[in-house]
Amino acid sequence: MGTPQAIVIGCSAGGLAALEALFAGLDPQLPQAMVVCCHTGSSTVDVLCELLAGHATLPVAEARERTPIAPGMIHIAPSGYHLLVEPSRYFALSVDARVNFARPSIDVLFESAAEAYRGDLLGVLLTGANSDGAEGLRLVRQHGGLAVVQDPADAEVPTMPQAALDRAGADHCLPLAAIAPLLNRLCLP
Amino acid sequence: MSGNQEPLASDTELEDIELELFVRALKLRHGHDFSQYAPASLKRRVRQLSHTQHTGTITALTDRILHDPSLLPVVLEGLSVPVSEMFRDPDVFRALREQVFPVLASYPQINIWQAGCAYGQEVYSLAILLEEAGLYERTQIYATDFNEAALRHAQEGIYPAKEAQLWSRNYLEAGGSHTLADYYSARYELLKLDQRLRRNVIFANHNLVTDEVFCEAHLVLCRNVLIYFSDPLQDRTLALFRDSLVRGGFLCLGTRESLDFAPSALDFTPVDAALRIYRLGSRAAAKE
Repeated sequence: MGTPQAIVIGCSAGGLAALEALFAGLDPQLPQAMVVCCHTGSSTVDVLCELLAGHATLPVAEARERTPIAPGMIHIAPSGYHLLVEPSRYFALSVDARVNFARPSIDVLFESAAEAYRGDLLGVLLTGANSDGAEGLRLVRQHGGLAVVQDPADAEVPTMPQAALDRAGADHCLPLAAIAPLLNRLCLP
Repeated sequence: MSGNQEPLASDTELEDIELELFVRALKLRHGHDFSQYAPASLKRRVRQLSHTQHTGTITALTDRILHDPSLLPVVLEGLSVPVSEMFRDPDVFRALREQVFPVLASYPQINIWQAGCAYGQEVYSLAILLEEAGLYERTQIYATDFNEAALRHAQEGIYPAKEAQLWSRNYLEAGGSHTLADYYSARYELLKLDQRLRRNVIFANHNLVTDEVFCEAHLVLCRNVLIYFSDPLQDRTLALFRDSLVRGGFLCLGTRESLDFAPSALDFTPVDAALRIYRLGSRAAAKE
């Protein structure tokens, strides 16, 4: 397995603080495309993008349909739509029914990304209050990708990372503060 | 792709073959062409169908769509997944009321085409706003979809009552001047929209993929339909809308739709780019 080409990240309750901490610690030289699905409950992700941009070492923008998944950037799933990765590695949106009561759903993003990137994908699940993402992370691993899960004991809300561990297991399970250094180590060429 | 050592690669490839054969069978047997749909969502929907129909594989679903005619409506419904809400994106409906209706008011007869109307929530939303703007008497709404079951549902105007709270809030944010409850009656778990709202709506079967211009329209609404289309089909459909609209006519798309890669988009000028409301014609022509 080589260096991952893309990183998908999922979280819900407590996710903003976790993402801020994670992105502040990433090496700005990371060449991967990063795609984030965070349940926010608000009608746009404008504020989320703005807040994350204030902490992140890499540029942050809302993911746009029909555009290629740009490397070295953090793409945020828009509110109210599922975000999917096409086999061509372009973004697509859908307003299909909610999955795990969520739209965007982490499972939908992870599943499509796993099929597009196969073994070249790294999936990260952080704090959250439901089990969205667990099945997606299982598929990431099944396709040969790597799974990183925040230690539930360290998470603001442990439900999501615990569900992921139960369903998918993980290649790495560690506290939030250790995740950015791990990604820097795994992902720098 | 041969020599791929990654786990499950061959299973994914096998499923891609199955999907291609399913799409081909649907087209040859029933004339419904999904080959120009964006693949990731289509695959999800076909998998979902295979799951709900307990066929095990997509190939077994293909077998049934070939030999069991009663399955077609179920498949079409599954492939269109018509999810919406009344006054979804209230800002858009407010902009229609404030920026588009005043122009429409200058026409003696107003034609509106709602393309891909699904269960009709936006058709009724539009009818309510037109009614409140005093324009509905001279408006004809053409609400079209390729999904017959959805069209029937749209005609009935019956929805789960639990939606009422969100829809009422949307209605007020959209600038509604009454209360949404004035337009429906609730009974048990269901709400039924006032059927008088339907008096100037024609529901009709139309497939954006294969059918041609439907009517001459002053406004075309087609929200979150093109997101499922490939770039060439998106462009073809925009050209269809262009050919349907009167000069200076309006086009309203979903707020996250991207037109950057469609040559036909150059025929439109943004009225409100963020809300994806456009006007047919060059910048100068649109300003009149």
